[in-house]
Amino acid sequence: MNTITTASSELQKIVMAAQDLTRHYSVSRGLGKGHATVKALNGVSFELHRGQTLAVVGESGCGKSTLARQLTLVEKPTSGSLIIQDTNMAQASPADLKRLRPKVQMVFQSPYASLNPRKQVQAMLEEPLKLNGVDRADERRERVSAAIARVGLRPEHAQRYPHMFSGGQRQRIAIARAMMLSPDILVADEPTSALDVSIQAQILNLFMDLQDELGTAYVFISHNLSVVEHVAQDVMVMYFGSAVEQGSKSEIFSHPLHPYTRALMSATPAIRAHDRREKIKLVGELPSPLNPPTGCTFHTRCPYVTEQCRAEVPLPQRIEGRDVACHRVAEFV
Amino acid sequence: MSLLDVQNLTVEFGRADQPFRAVDALSFSVEPGEILGIVGESGSGKSVTQLALMGLIEEPGRVRADRLVFDGKDLLTLPASEKRKILGCDIAMIFQDALTSLNPAFTVGYQLEETLKLHAGLRGAALHARALELLELVEIPAAKSRLRAFPHQLSGGMCQRVMIAMAIACNPKLLIADEPTTALDVTVQAQIMELLVNLQKQQGMALILITHDLAVVAEVAHRVAVMYAGQLVESNRVPTLFEQPHHPYTEALLASIPEHSKGAARLSTLAGVVPGQYDRPKGCLLSPRCAYANERCIREVPGVDDIGQAQVRCFMPLNTQAPGFSMGSNSESAV
Repeated sequence: MNTITTASSELQKIVMAAQDLTRHYSVSRGLGKGHATVKALNGVSFELHRGQTLAVVGESGCGKSTLARQLTLVEKPTSGSLIIQDTNMAQASPADLKRLRPKVQMVFQSPYASLNPRKQVQAMLEEPLKLNGVDRADERRERVSAAIARVGLRPEHAQRYPHMFSGGQRQRIAIARAMMLSPDILVADEPTSALDVSIQAQILNLFMDLQDELGTAYVFISHNLSVVEHVAQDVMVMYFGSAVEQGSKSEIFSHPLHPYTRALMSATPAIRAHDRREKIKLVGELPSPLNPPTGCTFHTRCPYVTEQCRAEVPLPQRIEGRDVACHRVAEFV
Repeated sequence: MSLLDVQNLTVEFGRADQPFRAVDALSFSVEPGEILGIVGESGSGKSVTQLALMGLIEEPGRVRADRLVFDGKDLLTLPASEKRKILGCDIAMIFQDALTSLNPAFTVGYQLEETLKLHAGLRGAALHARALELLELVEIPAAKSRLRAFPHQLSGGMCQRVMIAMAIACNPKLLIADEPTTALDVTVQAQIMELLVNLQKQQGMALILITHDLAVVAEVAHRVAVMYAGQLVESNRVPTLFEQPHHPYTEALLASIPEHSKGAARLSTLAGVVPGQYDRPKGCLLSPRCAYANERCIREVPGVDDIGQAQVRCFMPLNTQAPGFSMGSNSESAV
C-alpha cells in the first residue's frame, strides 16, 4: 500500500489482465434429453497490478472458483482474453504456457485436502523446483529451508508429514509450496474459511507480509467481507457469473451502490452495534443455473426490481469510482 | 428456576488412567426463553457438551456431572425410557450440516412425519396437516410440493429449514443449535438466524446457539459463554462481554477479528494453538499463549470467580476497574 510508494512505477505494472472472460459448461439434462449450457462465468474483466490484491466476493455458485480455474490456466476459457505478462493466453504456444504457468500459483481452501498425506514437507516443497529445472539438490534444499522459515515454521518441520500439523500450520505449508517458484500472481481460493479466527488472523498477516516482501499480486477469493476489507485494494462483487460491482475497496465499502452488494454487507453480522447496517432482506436463494432469469440475473431477489430489470440485461456503468451493473444505480448514489 | 442447570459436567475419552478431558468441570444454566451463545475455537468442547446433554456420547466416552437438571427433572437419574420422551421433544437439536443430518433415502415429509408420529402421536390427515403447517412456519415456499422432495433436491438453506421444522415439531422448551449457519452463505445465514430468533420469540423457547462466529452471537444472544480447551473461561451478558472482556482469551479472540483492526496494517494475533491431549499445560490452560501470564498461572489452575454478573476463570481478570464492577466482591449492588 502507501508504505512502498517509492517504486510507484513498478507498482503500476499490470501483471494480469482479463477481458470479457467467459466460461460455459455443457451438462447433460438426463438420458436422451440433450444438453444444457451453464454459463458459470459470464464476461468478467479486471486488471491486476504488481503487489496489489484484488478480492473476489460472492456466495456459493457465483462463479468465483470457475474464475480461479481460468486464471490458474487449469481450464481454457470459452471466450474472452487473459493476458499474463503481455502474452495473450488464447494464442500462447506450449512453450509460452510452460514459461508462464509457474508465474500463477494457487492456495486452496482446505489445507486438509490440498496436501499429499504420503509426502514429507521437504518433498512437497521440492517438487515444483524439480519440475521447473532446479537440478542441484543442495540448491533445492536451501530454497526449501528458506521457504519454511519465511512462512513461520521450524526447520525440523521439513521431515514431517501433513497429519502431524494443525490446520493453520498446514495452510502455511500450502502457502510455502505456492511461493516456491516466486510467482507474480497468487490465486487464493477461500484460504482462511476452514480456520478458526485466531488462526485466520495469523494466516492473513502472513499473506500480507509475503506481499510486502515479494511484491506478489493476489487474487483473493472470499465470502467473508471483513477479511476482504482488511486485505484488498480492489474488490469485485460477483453474482451468478458476472461482476455486479467492481472498483476500489475504500469506495465500495464506504458506500456500496449495487443492491446485491448492499444486501451482502447488511447480512454480515458485526460485533459492534455501530458497525451494523440496516438489514436488507433478500428473498429466496440463487436461481438455478440451468434456468437463468431473464434481464438482470439479480431481479428475482432484488427489493428494487422494475419491469426494465426483468427485460433488459444491465450493462456496467462507471459511477463514483467503480463499475456497477444496475439499471437503477443513479437513484442509489 | 433455571430451565437447564448444569454443574461440573465432565466428559472424558480414552483410557481410564490417562483420560482426555474434552469437557472439564463445566457449569452453566439456561433460563426459560433465553438465548445463550456458546463460543470457542475448534477443539474447545462446545459440541461435546451439547452431545453429552442429549445423551449422544457413546462408549468409551464417559459423562459425569454433579447436577444435570432440565425443567425440574434430573437427567442423571431419569430412566432411559423417560429420558427418550424429553430428548427430541422438549430438548431438540439442529446440526451444522443439514444435508448430512437428513436421511437421503426418504422424503423430507416422511422424516418430518416420523417425528410427529413418535412424539405427538398424530396419525392420518392431522399428521399431514401438521407437517405442512411446520414447513410453512419455517417459510419454505411451495411447502406442499416440498413435502415430497428428497433432501438432495433442496438447497443447503432449505435443508436447514427442514431440520428446524423437525426440531420445533413438538414445541420444545429448549432448542440446541450447533453451528446452524456455518455451512451457509451470508445472505442465507441472515435468513436462518432471523427465522430462529422469530421462532424463539413466538414459541418462548430457550435457545443454545453454539458457534465460532462471535459476530452472530453479538447480534442475537442475551448471554455468552466462552469456552477454551474444554473449560468455561468467561460468561457474561451480551453487550458487556464484547465491550469489557474480563478474560485474556476473550480479549485476544475479539482482537483477532478483522473487524476489530479496521485501518490497521496487520491483525493482532494469539500465538500458538489450542492444547491437545498430550500438550496440556499444568496450570491455567491458556498460560502458554497468554500475554499476561505469570509464575502463578503456570503452576496453579484458576477457579471460576464471579465478577459482577460475569463468571471468569482467571487469576488476573481484565477491565475490573471499569465503573459498575468491583473486583472479587459478589455484591449485586455494583450492577
